[in-house]
Amino acid sequence: MATYLEFIQQNEERDGVRFSWNVWPSSRLEATRMVVPLACILTPLKERPDLPPVQYEPVLCSRPTCKAILNPLCQVDYRAKLWACNFCFQRNQFPPAYAGISEVNQPAELMPQFSTVEYVIQRGAQSPLIFLYVVDTCLEEDDLQALKESLQMSLSLLPPDAMVGLITFGRMVQVHELSCEGISKSYVFRGTKDLTAKQIQDMLGLTKPAMPVHPAHPAQPQEHPSISSRFLQPIHKIDMNLTDLLGELQRDPWPVPQGKRPLRSTGVALSIAVGLLEGTFPNTGARIMLFVGGPPTQGPGMVVGDELKVPIRSWHDIEKDNARFMKKATKHYEMLANRAAANGHCVDIYACALDQTGLLEMKCCTNLTGGHMVMGDSFNTSLFKQTFQRIFSKDFNGNFRMAFGATLEVKTSRELKVAGAIGPCVSLNVKGPCVSENELGVGGTSQWKICGLDPTSTLGIYFEVVNQHNAPIPQGGRGAIQFVTHYQHSSTQRRIRATTIARNWADAQSQLKHIEAAFDQEAAAVLMARLGVFRAESEEGPDVLRWLDRQLIRLCQKFGQYTKEDPSSFRLSDSFSLYPQFMFHLRRSPFLQVFNNSPDESSYYRHHFARQDLTQSLIMIQPILYSYSFHGPPESKR
Amino acid sequence: MNLNQSAPPVPPFGQPQPAYLGHHQSSYGGQPGSTTAPTSYGAYNGPVPGYQQTPPPGVSRAPPSSGAPPASTAQGPCGQTAYGQFGQGDVQNGPSSTVQMQRLPGYQPFGSAVLAPVVSQPAVLQPYGPPPTSAQVTAQLAGMQISGAVAPASPPSGLGYGPPTSLASASGSFPNSGLYGSYPQGQAPPLGQAQGHPGAQPPQRSVPPQASSFTPPASGGPRMPSMTGPLLPGQSFGGPPVSQPNHVSSPAPQVLPPGTQMTGPPGPPPPPMHSSQQPGYQLQQNGSYGPTRGPQSNYGSPYPGAAAFGSQPGPPQPLPPKRLDPDAIPSPIQVIEDDRNNRGSEPFVTGVRGQVPPLVTTNFLVKDQGNASPRYIRCTSYNIPCTSDMAKQAQVPLAAVIKPLARLPPEEASPYVVDHGESGPLRCNRCKAYMCPFMQFVEGGRRFQCCFCSCINDVPPQYFQHLDHTGKRVDAYDRPELSLGSYEFLATVDYCKNNKFPSPPAFIFMIDVSYNAIRSGLVRLLCEELKSLLDFLPREGGAEESAVRVGFVTYNKVLHFYNVKSSLAQPQMMVVSDVGDMFVPLLDGFLVNVNESQAVITSLLDQIPEMFADTRETETVFAPVIQAGMEALKAAECAGKLFLFHTSLPIAEAPGKLKNRDDRKLINTDKEKTLFQPQTGAYQTLAKECVAQGCCVDLFLFPNQYVDVATLSVVPQLTGGSVYKYACFQVENDQERFLSDLRRDVQKVVGFDAVMRVRTSTGIRAVDFFGAFYMSNTTDVELAGLDGDKTVTVEFKHDDRLNEESGALLQCALLYTSCAGQRRLRIHNLALNCCTQLADLYRNCETDTLINYMAKFAYRGVLNSPVKTVRDTLITQCAQILACYRKNCASPSSAGQLILPECMKLLPVYLNCVLKSDVLQPGAEVTTDDRAYVRQLVTSMDVAETNVFFYPRLLPLTKSPIENTTEPPAVRASDERLSNGDIYLLENGLNLFLWVGASVQQGVVQSLFGVSSFSQITSGLSVLPVLDNLLSKKVRGLIDSLRAQRSRYMKLIVVKQEDKLETLFKHFLVEDKSLSGGASYVDFLCHMHKEIRQLLS
Repeated sequence: MATYLEFIQQNEERDGVRFSWNVWPSSRLEATRMVVPLACILTPLKERPDLPPVQYEPVLCSRPTCKAILNPLCQVDYRAKLWACNFCFQRNQFPPAYAGISEVNQPAELMPQFSTVEYVIQRGAQSPLIFLYVVDTCLEEDDLQALKESLQMSLSLLPPDAMVGLITFGRMVQVHELSCEGISKSYVFRGTKDLTAKQIQDMLGLTKPAMPVHPAHPAQPQEHPSISSRFLQPIHKIDMNLTDLLGELQRDPWPVPQGKRPLRSTGVALSIAVGLLEGTFPNTGARIMLFVGGPPTQGPGMVVGDELKVPIRSWHDIEKDNARFMKKATKHYEMLANRAAANGHCVDIYACALDQTGLLEMKCCTNLTGGHMVMGDSFNTSLFKQTFQRIFSKDFNGNFRMAFGATLEVKTSRELKVAGAIGPCVSLNVKGPCVSENELGVGGTSQWKICGLDPTSTLGIYFEVVNQHNAPIPQGGRGAIQFVTHYQHSSTQRRIRATTIARNWADAQSQLKHIEAAFDQEAAAVLMARLGVFRAESEEGPDVLRWLDRQLIRLCQKFGQYTKEDPSSFRLSDSFSLYPQFMFHLRRSPFLQVFNNSPDESSYYRHHFARQDLTQSLIMIQPILYSYSFHGPPESKR
Repeated sequence: MNLNQSAPPVPPFGQPQPAYLGHHQSSYGGQPGSTTAPTSYGAYNGPVPGYQQTPPPGVSRAPPSSGAPPASTAQGPCGQTAYGQFGQGDVQNGPSSTVQMQRLPGYQPFGSAVLAPVVSQPAVLQPYGPPPTSAQVTAQLAGMQISGAVAPASPPSGLGYGPPTSLASASGSFPNSGLYGSYPQGQAPPLGQAQGHPGAQPPQRSVPPQASSFTPPASGGPRMPSMTGPLLPGQSFGGPPVSQPNHVSSPAPQVLPPGTQMTGPPGPPPPPMHSSQQPGYQLQQNGSYGPTRGPQSNYGSPYPGAAAFGSQPGPPQPLPPKRLDPDAIPSPIQVIEDDRNNRGSEPFVTGVRGQVPPLVTTNFLVKDQGNASPRYIRCTSYNIPCTSDMAKQAQVPLAAVIKPLARLPPEEASPYVVDHGESGPLRCNRCKAYMCPFMQFVEGGRRFQCCFCSCINDVPPQYFQHLDHTGKRVDAYDRPELSLGSYEFLATVDYCKNNKFPSPPAFIFMIDVSYNAIRSGLVRLLCEELKSLLDFLPREGGAEESAVRVGFVTYNKVLHFYNVKSSLAQPQMMVVSDVGDMFVPLLDGFLVNVNESQAVITSLLDQIPEMFADTRETETVFAPVIQAGMEALKAAECAGKLFLFHTSLPIAEAPGKLKNRDDRKLINTDKEKTLFQPQTGAYQTLAKECVAQGCCVDLFLFPNQYVDVATLSVVPQLTGGSVYKYACFQVENDQERFLSDLRRDVQKVVGFDAVMRVRTSTGIRAVDFFGAFYMSNTTDVELAGLDGDKTVTVEFKHDDRLNEESGALLQCALLYTSCAGQRRLRIHNLALNCCTQLADLYRNCETDTLINYMAKFAYRGVLNSPVKTVRDTLITQCAQILACYRKNCASPSSAGQLILPECMKLLPVYLNCVLKSDVLQPGAEVTTDDRAYVRQLVTSMDVAETNVFFYPRLLPLTKSPIENTTEPPAVRASDERLSNGDIYLLENGLNLFLWVGASVQQGVVQSLFGVSSFSQITSGLSVLPVLDNLLSKKVRGLIDSLRAQRSRYMKLIVVKQEDKLETLFKHFLVEDKSLSGGASYVDFLCHMHKEIRQLLS
């Protein structure tokens, strides 16, 4: 561990965590003077081929408000079979199963190299993966054809016991029943009418305790685990059926007069998808995959009218407050996103059209639920096809690289509190002793829900040092943070991944050099960028830029070496040297600049920026220019 | 109270009578000229003889009568005598007036006589027996009178009065009466008669004129009184009843002419008469009444009962069973037979203005020579009063029953289609009337004057044609619109919705698949049938393939639409659960061409019963279903028809949800009307939308219990659709009826998206409309769909004076889309006469049409007024009509005489049938749904349908020789006409009964039912076994032909005498007192007479 660089890299590889500061200022006051907040980039499910999950459940601290997981930082009394929680200092008995432990016979979670441990929970019913396709049929013929093929292809990628459902929409919304023989059956909804979840479930016949279907044939017991829905069926049962159904999908038959957009009821379709899953598989991992070929043009969630002569809103319109439907539509999709998130369902949006498709309004669906957002020109492009295929890529174990219904919990030692998180998550509103009153990003909670995530999904977590200046931390004291992620693995197992990290405290006045040296400028840049982008969602662009500038100035002021009135004398240490440059690129990145971007594009960029890991994020901030030659490997250039 | 139609005496009367005879035309001609008494008389005589001739047996009577009249000094006497005779029977104004006057006195006496207790009657009878001769007629009259006249006047006075007139009338009959008298006493004879009658009667018929019975010949004044006496007893007594049946039978035979000339014939032939002459019998009865004061008293009591008629719900009348000889009162059967005989043979040529067409019951051909065929338009009167004062005085409703798309017999050509190209049909600039034969071309043909509003219009150059010397266009006979009463124009695009030619219409089948429908087997049956039925959709002209597209929907609590596009391998089902806000989930593939999508449709129809075989869903929706169909048509931008097959009260949560509100306790209360009103206004609103879209709804109901027909039928009613109801549907029993109705309904030619407008000459205008349609303003009748069975009744009122010279013109223009999607205008023109004399009005009335109007008027009335009020209104109006006649047209006569106009002599009996109908006086077994169902059915019935519906046809099957293949002559609908040794068929257009007498010959039973005895016949049987013998073939053939005549399939029910089903059957014997309190014909006639007398006094 020669350098901080190596330390940081090692930490990242092992725990998926990078902190802006790797030595922490020991008081609140000092921390605020550091300009860049104490925060980390966390990739909760970072792929760890070398880390086999343990097949038992974690040992929890018995204090009800703590419940931290036993970790290598805990002090253990092997003889008394006791351990002390390193967050609340509660002393706990080991459970009976740990009777045999000793210094030489330690469980994995006590070994220092296992700062990250993954547990497999055996209890509880396993629920299948659920994929609900929501398909726009207002497409050009070849687009629809390409999409149909992609969808059929995807069926072959799904595990046989995965549940699938199909909703198609255009002017109307059709929920296809997949179990019927001889005649294809679908439930149709008007595309202009917003329905409550209850209504949707009533109309789909989901609310009745016993299904009226086949009560006359009492002997069909093998059916009943998943009777709850005729609309979601295990793929192995209806593979052919669904393939045919997809094959027969027609373009929306309603005539589109000259000068009009097709009527597309995306808002209602999504609402029905959410309602359907809500009624059938609440709190179970599920993926709603929305494929749209244009903007919603009717009903709740409409983004633009059907008159072609009225163009879809631009940034200009939005600034002038001239986007008629935006607020209402956004509200609609936010409501849906929150409902989906509350049930642990994630929403993907695959939008392929030459014009905007309303991603600005719909972005919350993906952003709040951890879904994917794909933007392309046509479904008949390799961009879409390959992207879509990649959704179903598998890891070294043959499992999908996706996880569902995750809850991320953050525990901190007393000197720290959690200020918030930025990423594809929603707050679970869990107040606790470690929740800060100041919010950065989504705050006010120590737990977040991430409905869909993959090994690269990355959040920024922001902390606040709360230790008072006059209560110094003993020399060599370390602050600790534990990230606990409950999630549904793509193998349908429930798992818990616990990562516990610790950093040294340092007095910023006496040991500023240490702190300075432990600055991770790359992480800091990404974390600041996330904050900036987060602000940009709600604030005017120039304000955000000004804020960024001021932060940069203050940072330079604090850590730069210069002679007053002499610009040329300005120096920054190595650990800060790249930071201004990142900020420079960030200022002109599409995440903060909307010029020459449509609102949809901006939403799309921001969406991706808020979930990429550090390397990707940096590349996005500061694109790398590769130069290729016949004489060697590509080199990156400025 | 002389019952009869106007009698011959007065010239005018004379005319009517002749008419009956068939002579009328000639006679009319003569009569108008009444001045020439001799001729007219001759005519009369002529007819009379004719009548008599028919009834050879009666001849004896006839001679007397006929003889008498002539004998009686020339015309004058005749008239009187005639009156006397007719007095009762015949309304004939002219003669009657004088005669009646005379009679009146006589009658009055009767009235007084009434006081005598019935008991006396027997005794009286005998005494009367002798005197009776003259009495008969009077007797009847007396009965009538009695009701009217409670006067205590002593019999003697009556004698005094009567002698001359009454006697005269009665005299003829007396002999008979005497005989009768004897009969009663000797029961045996009556029986014999009774039996004999059936057979014998037919022949007699000719003789019997009811009228005659009423007004006995002038024979002996004294007789009259005596007669009355005897008669009464006869009736009242046990003995008499027996005789009555006989009488009854006999009267029927008498039917036609009798009325008028009756007077003459009845009197003379006493003894022999019995069998032959029913009239005589009647007379006797009458006579008996008269004599026995008792009867009078009875009458008195009866009257109270009569009074009750108006309100009449239930209380049986205290009256003695029978007062008047039923044979003596006007017989529908006789009238129908006469008309058939007299007018059935020659085609009805429409060239002459104001001609009264033959009755609807007569088979006749029509030659269109400038006026619309009576198949299209029938009027209550073909002679309209010139002023509204006259019209008000007469109270005769002026109405036309219009059936614009009526089906014609194959011998008659359907209306020519005229294509005027781009310019469209030629119309009057001011009133927009269409070119018709009545338009006057002037100025050498360069202009024409509108016959409706008198506006002068230019003739467009391309339409110009020179006039001939009569002022007629040279090409008049080349152009249908200048020479015919009915024709069609091709409409231009200006006549189309949104200025776009319509697309071909569509049929959507919407099938209830709830538990009830599945369990009863309906769905399977229907789907099976549709597979073949779809090949027979209506097509236009010789088109090879129907242009009509079809769509399918099934539903219970939710709706299932089906995509049956031809390119699909299998049908697709689309469920719409959002019943609160219905919409159509698909466009392409919902409405398809049957041939192209044959395979997919067949596959769908195969699968529907399977898919829902295990359903447990019992709740249904209704309004959303119609809404869906309407939206589908709207989306497809076409008109069309929905066929709804529905089983239960729609209680599922949805718009138009209904609750069970059936409450029999409301009957006879002020709230009774709510039973006929829809529960919610939602259906009216829906219907309005349907009409706007040209969406016609035909509803087939299969209820097991109350489904609130009153509400469910709102939409069919307002969209010009039909409602069919099959209570407790079971495939085994009702399959044939349902399928037959369905086939007919699907195949029949329909016009869509129609607007009908009736234009009239200045002076009158259409003010009220009845039928299955919707009106958004006061003039245009909007019909989403209109088929050949649907009829619109239009009432006219004066708004100015009419001119006798120019008459009154009607033009009914119907703009519609044909089943091939062609937009057309169908025009019917009709010219009517106008009169300044009320007598002309009464002489040119059509009672069947009048009843059609009155029934519709009353049936609409029950929506807003208590049923009692409606009934009273009807009775009052009828009384006013007759009273006006009596006052203004009939010759003066005793107030005790009931005098009916010849054309309206059946008005009382028919009106009574209307009053007794299920809607106005429900029996205990009639459900609320039945009433609502019948109510809406009648609303769009044509005249022929209402005629048979209110007065069912009762056909004896075993009376005529088996070899005789023609339809047997009907008998009057009364229990008394049934002989227990015979088999009868009864039909009213909706029901068909086969009544089997208890003592029918075993051979007949065997050959008809294939069982050996009466007791082995299954009661309630609905199909006759197919047996290879003449009788079986004949009866089955007859049943088939009856069914073919009606627009709805009549399910056969075999009823055995004395069986419990017989109650049901007897409900249709409308001349009898009904269980629900409906008056018998005789009682009602008495009541009517009393009403009239009250009006007159």
